[in-house]
Amino acid sequence: MKKDLLSIADLSCEEITLILDTTEAMREIGQRPIKKVPTLRGKTVVNLFYEPSTRTRTSFEIAEKRLSADTLSIPVSTSSVLKGETLVDTALNIEAMQPDMIVLRHASSGAAHLLSRICRSRIINAGDGMHEHPTQALLDAFTIREHKHRIEGLKVTIVGDLLHSRVLRSDALLLTKLGAQVCVCGPATLVPVGIERLGVRVSTSVDEAVADADVIMLLRIQHERMQGAFFPSVREYFNTFGMTKARVARARPDVIIMHPGPMNRGVEIASDVADGPYSVILEQVANGVAVRMAVLYLLAGGVEDEAAA
Amino acid sequence: MDADRMSRTLTRIAHEIVERNRGIEELALVGIRTRGVPIAKRLAHAIGEIAGHEVPTGALDITLYRDDLMRHAVGPQPVVRSTEIPFSIDDKRILLVDDVLYTGRTIRAALDALIDFGRPKVIQLVVLVDRGHRELPIKADYVGKNLPTSASQSVQVHLMEIDGKDEVEIQET
Amino acid sequence: MKRLLRGGRVVDPANGRDGMFDVLVDGDRILRVGRDLAPDSDTQVVELPAGLVVCPGLIDMHVHLREPGQEHKETVATGTAAAVAGGFTAVACMPNTSPVNDNAGVTEFILKKAAEAHLARVYPIGAVSRGQQGDELADIAELKQAGCVAITDDGRPVATAMLMRRALEYAGMFGLAVIEHCEEQTLKADGVAHEGFHASTLGLRGIPGEAESIMALRDISLAALTGGVVHIAHMSARQTLDAVRYGKSRGVLVTCEVTPHHFVLTDEMLAAPIPYDTNVKMNPPLREAVDRDAMLAGLADGSIDVIATDHAPHHYDEKRVEFDHAPFGITGLETAVSLCLDRLVHPGVVTLSRIVELLSVNPARILKVAGGSLAEGAPADITVLAPDLRVKVSVERMRSKSKNTPFDGWQLRGGVAATIVGGRVVYVNEDVSGFSRTLRRELR
Repeated sequence: MKKDLLSIADLSCEEITLILDTTEAMREIGQRPIKKVPTLRGKTVVNLFYEPSTRTRTSFEIAEKRLSADTLSIPVSTSSVLKGETLVDTALNIEAMQPDMIVLRHASSGAAHLLSRICRSRIINAGDGMHEHPTQALLDAFTIREHKHRIEGLKVTIVGDLLHSRVLRSDALLLTKLGAQVCVCGPATLVPVGIERLGVRVSTSVDEAVADADVIMLLRIQHERMQGAFFPSVREYFNTFGMTKARVARARPDVIIMHPGPMNRGVEIASDVADGPYSVILEQVANGVAVRMAVLYLLAGGVEDEAAA
Repeated sequence: MDADRMSRTLTRIAHEIVERNRGIEELALVGIRTRGVPIAKRLAHAIGEIAGHEVPTGALDITLYRDDLMRHAVGPQPVVRSTEIPFSIDDKRILLVDDVLYTGRTIRAALDALIDFGRPKVIQLVVLVDRGHRELPIKADYVGKNLPTSASQSVQVHLMEIDGKDEVEIQET
Repeated sequence: MKRLLRGGRVVDPANGRDGMFDVLVDGDRILRVGRDLAPDSDTQVVELPAGLVVCPGLIDMHVHLREPGQEHKETVATGTAAAVAGGFTAVACMPNTSPVNDNAGVTEFILKKAAEAHLARVYPIGAVSRGQQGDELADIAELKQAGCVAITDDGRPVATAMLMRRALEYAGMFGLAVIEHCEEQTLKADGVAHEGFHASTLGLRGIPGEAESIMALRDISLAALTGGVVHIAHMSARQTLDAVRYGKSRGVLVTCEVTPHHFVLTDEMLAAPIPYDTNVKMNPPLREAVDRDAMLAGLADGSIDVIATDHAPHHYDEKRVEFDHAPFGITGLETAVSLCLDRLVHPGVVTLSRIVELLSVNPARILKVAGGSLAEGAPADITVLAPDLRVKVSVERMRSKSKNTPFDGWQLRGGVAATIVGGRVVYVNEDVSGFSRTLRRELR
């Protein structure tokens, strides 16, 4: 493993498999009466969250505590950022207190790379702007592997706001790396330019995109990032791209439905699909803790000996 | 130690276990990964033949409890594998099984790990080979063979289930 | 005092010269250029080391000197020190200072600072609109009177088509070009990088090339309507170059410039070698290889008139932030000549003579300032180039107050040997061996 986990792009297939296999072992710890191992005893992990995130922050915190790390979460409100201290200064101040790892969530793409360049601590990217959310993609892959026992050759269709989604970028990189056929689908106004160069197929017809899919992954329509008029109304979006039972019926009978959360019911996904038998949305959340334990454990080891290589 | 010798050794240990543990239904075997696990399964089978009662077996991975994690600035973390103990260990007589007893640090980690699963009545230690050189105050209750070795040697246990043969050999390192 | 520069290759396209000539300078003027000029008794003879090129002083017509108002980034003194070290004998400075150069007071202040620094010549460029607010025209006649050589709202485009029309008409009366920063702002929106694969995968908001070309087409149309002169600044997109070619083919008075970074770099720099390096964030952004190649073709075929640096110094604190929070712009004065020689002359994209047109003759013509020529009687503004000098770019050695360049550590072939402004040696490169001691002594 490298020093930091910034991007799926930095991981080899072997490293991804190692993380997923380790996740398998970590998941068992969560099923014990005493859900704690002493592995990261004496290690300090700082969760630096510049964006509100209940799910990801909680998931990291639980993962850290289950590995016995000393953990503290610093929610940095936007207002205090505006008052002055730069990300670099905040990070250097935290560094001065000798943490071992920093988990960073930030609204700017590349924020984790910036920290990686100035910090000795291991940096884990917990979502940077519209760039990547690597641990989400890893937990998605783990969940798919659980259900399908493979990733290679699967048809995975990702539907939603492709443009603003960091989950899309991490998932597209990871799933194509492991040999899945990935189709991404959304309104033409929300398709990132050149995305097909990642090896994904782009479609603007959801009916066509979900046909014969093994996995349907929905992306949140992020009202808060919709500064332009990307589509006329939520109602029209749902009618054109929303995942309904009728659309799910076009996929394979054993299709699974995934969503990174938080869901907008009645926008990108109908409630009866979210709560349906093929939905693995809550499993994703459960697996998130184990994946993050695996990442924390693997990153806590020695760095690849770059001098020797 | 060859295959035949290994088989007889395990049968002997199974007999000792049955003799020393009245109330066979309280017994459970937990093998330490990797090679403690097939040994535990063989012992369970042998005990079953002797006592007419199959003893539950589990597998314990002690990686996350090792005392040498995070001590090296270079190199990847050891691979973690699953722990599978599909029964409650509370008030059980647990037989902890490993292939080689050496410094005792693995057993220390295993005891910590086991106790995170509950409160057994007794924990006893079974090893196929005791090669000496203890660094912690730990002693096996059942030993297949005491092998006097020097610190420069390594003891390799090969098992059919993993290595395709049953054999114990001493190598100079 | 007279000075005779001997042993150099003189490249002076304005006078049709390219060959081994002597250049005789008398005081602040060129006295003669010819072969085997005989020095008289009071002439200092400077024997140039072999391989050097003597050309009319280079003029960078697009520079941000930041003074007044942002002296932590650059001052007229540090900016002109950087200019002469980069081989420029003159720079034209943009009006987006604080306060904006929209009145004679600011223009005179800049000229006073330039006189104090006494290095490169400084030609202020005035604002099109008061405060660059895009509402009403600045006092353009007054600006011209005070010394401004063109007008622009650079940093942003002239806000409306109507204002641009009026600016072209009004500035035309005084023979001033309107320099335009082409950017259709609703299309640019909050973009921070070229809209393409790299921005998409890095999650950076994109700016399509059309944001530039749409505005260039507006301005070229208005230049046609008014008969005014528009100069398209820092062109980055192939579509913009097509627009300029279209305008020129119709006889519109349009000229254009490109920066070294737009003909050298592409948006791949966003991802590697340093992902999210804020020193590759500039406006307009680095575009794709096809755009970069279009710029090279435009330089070669004569469609592009000028190379200018868009020297945009920023303090390192301002650049050491998240990519989308960092200000746009990089420094350029001290890397331009090396990049031009290494990337344009040595690979044979353009000749040395054409480089002199792009960096000296044409800027002088567009701004209607002295220079661009080694004619007898012209000001003795001379740049001596060392086309084969091995240069390693080093921010540590730069004279600019700011160090925001993506070229740090680059190894390039070609550099500046010496810079002479008004007959006065203002820069000598210590790395050029074989230079007479006399020049260096004069510098001290």
